[in-house]
Amino acid sequence: MKSCVIVFPASNCDRDAAVALEQATGQKPDMVWHGETSLPDTDFILLPGGFSYGDYLRSGAMAGRSPIMQDVVKKAEDGVPVLGICNGFQVLTETGLLPGALMRNAGLEFICGMQTLQVANTQSRFTRGLSDRAFVDFPVAHHDGNYTADQETLNRLEGENLVAFRYVTNPNGSSRNIAGILNEKGNVLGLMPHPERVISPLLGGEDGTAFFATALKEFG
Amino acid sequence: MKARVHITLRPSILDPQGNAIEGALTGLGFEGVSGVRQGKVIELELTETDEAAARSKVEDMCKKLLANPVMENYEIELVG
Repeated sequence: MKSCVIVFPASNCDRDAAVALEQATGQKPDMVWHGETSLPDTDFILLPGGFSYGDYLRSGAMAGRSPIMQDVVKKAEDGVPVLGICNGFQVLTETGLLPGALMRNAGLEFICGMQTLQVANTQSRFTRGLSDRAFVDFPVAHHDGNYTADQETLNRLEGENLVAFRYVTNPNGSSRNIAGILNEKGNVLGLMPHPERVISPLLGGEDGTAFFATALKEFG
Repeated sequence: MKARVHITLRPSILDPQGNAIEGALTGLGFEGVSGVRQGKVIELELTETDEAAARSKVEDMCKKLLANPVMENYEIELVG
């Protein structure tokens, strides 16, 4: 299975994501520079965490308009799975592939630490491999993770079962404790917590291994 | 022609930074302050000389990049 990681200026979780993908697929992902205009042949696209463009203008705003993103949006619309983690989630909302926006944390502080998440959707292709567990522990590390959308959008996300993960203890003020959401087709997932940072006992957990292994098997 | 774009959070969006500023102002002894909201101003120099064309161009820029309609409103001011 071929996967790729998009690298923006000031991405900083791109190599962690590459290790997680290689661990799950047995194949090194292609690392694609944001200035490219077309993606290589790929079965899975990952937008990594970081502070692309120094969070100028709005988190994810500049990266969302990078040359490569036109092809990412096209592939997503064609059904290729796209996973956005942290800054990657912010980029997905900025491109319109996912609704809503990630605002400054309610407490105004950068937060960093392990979070217990409820697996809110156990039917999506990204998450059904986790259906044997009600909760996963993934760490967060962000300043702008406060998920915001209008009431109608929030009601639709809940009504259509598009909330993938919820915080058990809300760390950032996110509406309805939302930590991650899916698009209607179920091939785009954005989440603020970092599954790629818990892929070995040496890193403090292995819930990320389970997430990547089952999600990539689904899409493989 | 110079354009100035004022970007503000939509009224329905909570503004934790505005709230913190309001708290600090109160802490400094300024009384009777409420509804503090933080926004941003972007200034642009345009070669366009026609006012209507300039406004429409900046409007397009706001929609495509400068503002995020999910959380922000914008106002365009043309300055001579």
